[in-house]
Amino acid sequence: MNEALLRSLTPSVLGVLVRRGADFAAAEDAVQDALVEAVRVWPDEQPRDPKGWLVTVAWRRFLDATRAEAARRRREDLVDEEPAPGPVPAADDTLQLYFLCAHPSLTPSSAVALTLRAVGGLTTRQIARAYLVPEATMAQRISRAKRTVSGVPFDQPGDVATVLRVLYLVFNEGYSGDVDLAAEAIRLTRQLAAAIDHPEVAGLLALMLLHHARRATRTAPDGSLVPLAEQDRGRWDTGAITEGVGILQAALARDRLGEFQAQAAIAALHADAPTAEETDWVQIVEWYDELAGLTDSPVVRLNRAVAVGEADGPRAGLAELAALSDTLPRHTAVAAYLHERDGDLPTAARLYAEAAHKAPTLAERDHLTRRAARLNAGLRR
Amino acid sequence: MAKYLLLKHYRGAPAAVNDVPMDRWTPEEISAHMQYMQDFADRLEKTGEFVEGSALAPEGAWVRYDGEGRPPVTDGPFAETKDLIAGWMIIDVDGYDRAVELAGELSAAPGAGGKPIHEWLEVRPFLSAPPTVTE
Repeated sequence: MNEALLRSLTPSVLGVLVRRGADFAAAEDAVQDALVEAVRVWPDEQPRDPKGWLVTVAWRRFLDATRAEAARRRREDLVDEEPAPGPVPAADDTLQLYFLCAHPSLTPSSAVALTLRAVGGLTTRQIARAYLVPEATMAQRISRAKRTVSGVPFDQPGDVATVLRVLYLVFNEGYSGDVDLAAEAIRLTRQLAAAIDHPEVAGLLALMLLHHARRATRTAPDGSLVPLAEQDRGRWDTGAITEGVGILQAALARDRLGEFQAQAAIAALHADAPTAEETDWVQIVEWYDELAGLTDSPVVRLNRAVAVGEADGPRAGLAELAALSDTLPRHTAVAAYLHERDGDLPTAARLYAEAAHKAPTLAERDHLTRRAARLNAGLRR
Repeated sequence: MAKYLLLKHYRGAPAAVNDVPMDRWTPEEISAHMQYMQDFADRLEKTGEFVEGSALAPEGAWVRYDGEGRPPVTDGPFAETKDLIAGWMIIDVDGYDRAVELAGELSAAPGAGGKPIHEWLEVRPFLSAPPTVTE
């Protein structure tokens, strides 16, 4: 049985239930039950109309749950007025579900969890494992999120930007359990791109594909980080790169530039260079200028300083860096790198050690410690 | 989403405002304190932010490798050990500000006289996995 196919039906099945008048939280539970049932039954006999099967089973689950609830409240008459399960409408509410699950009233972690379950069709246990928290905690996070959006009208127009931020978070989180979150984020973004024609959706999809293409080369077998310049470019996924570049070019041609398209353009320039030395850093700096105009993020300016260091030499990069607050994350690591490129190895070694102390991730800490150690060993000789 | 460790110290933290050793509290005050900690954990579970928590015995030992074929050497406890951890709680929250807010709530646990202890809690971020997008 194709689990990805099964899960891809999740949002449209959920949409049907909500359209028939089921409240979102109860409908979402019913769809989860139906998915579990499908995993159990389909391997023996896959239905000819998988979506219709899921709608029927989910609707029955919803009615059962509602009846039980209604009986408890002695209001059984209300349920009898529910419409009988009819044909599955053609309209697809996938997009509305993306909007609802990324509603601005949700915190980022709640929006992520709800999206993965209600749109992605993952189980609470899978999401909990992916984010390394207990299942009970994740269950609470999801049910709280459902309560938060319970009053939001289903037809309310949403903001694509909030959906994209949620999907970007899923992609970028980097945790890994038994669910490949990066691949799941790509699947969800692809599905979104099919539901709405928007250059930034395309931009994010391209960005994800271009980064995903390098994934296998980003870490050595021992788990240590391999910097971009040292990655084995022959092992980059050319299929993903070609697809990402194609999607990006079509998006850019529409002349509605946004932050994700600009980030994808930078990733595409890296992907396009046969060797690190052939990277078109001048164009990358230009894209960082565009990006800085779009986001005003200090992290962008920090990355721009690195690019300037490559395009115009380390001194120019250091001059850019001097204009930025040294409290920025990774500021010290960038300074260490630029000093190393400038040949000031004692300063670089000292800054690498200092940067390792401040590193937000284990892999970066180890990477920076190794660089400091390598320079120090060279200086002792 | 980020994980933080909230560390509670027996010793080694700066002095609390309401700094009376627990053995001088009334039994009711001790119960009220324990209840507060439990309620705090329960509440975090309901908000979907609780990962785990545990208390540690004050007494422990130092252990080190003593060479091939030899059993590890144990020593201690050393009375002069400055830093003594009493327990921890791991939380999974949206960011640093929320971690600080929660640590502040935990530090308000009642102590002697039923008044908040105002003890200092250590907040330490976990080193996470690296982000996928790097440049």
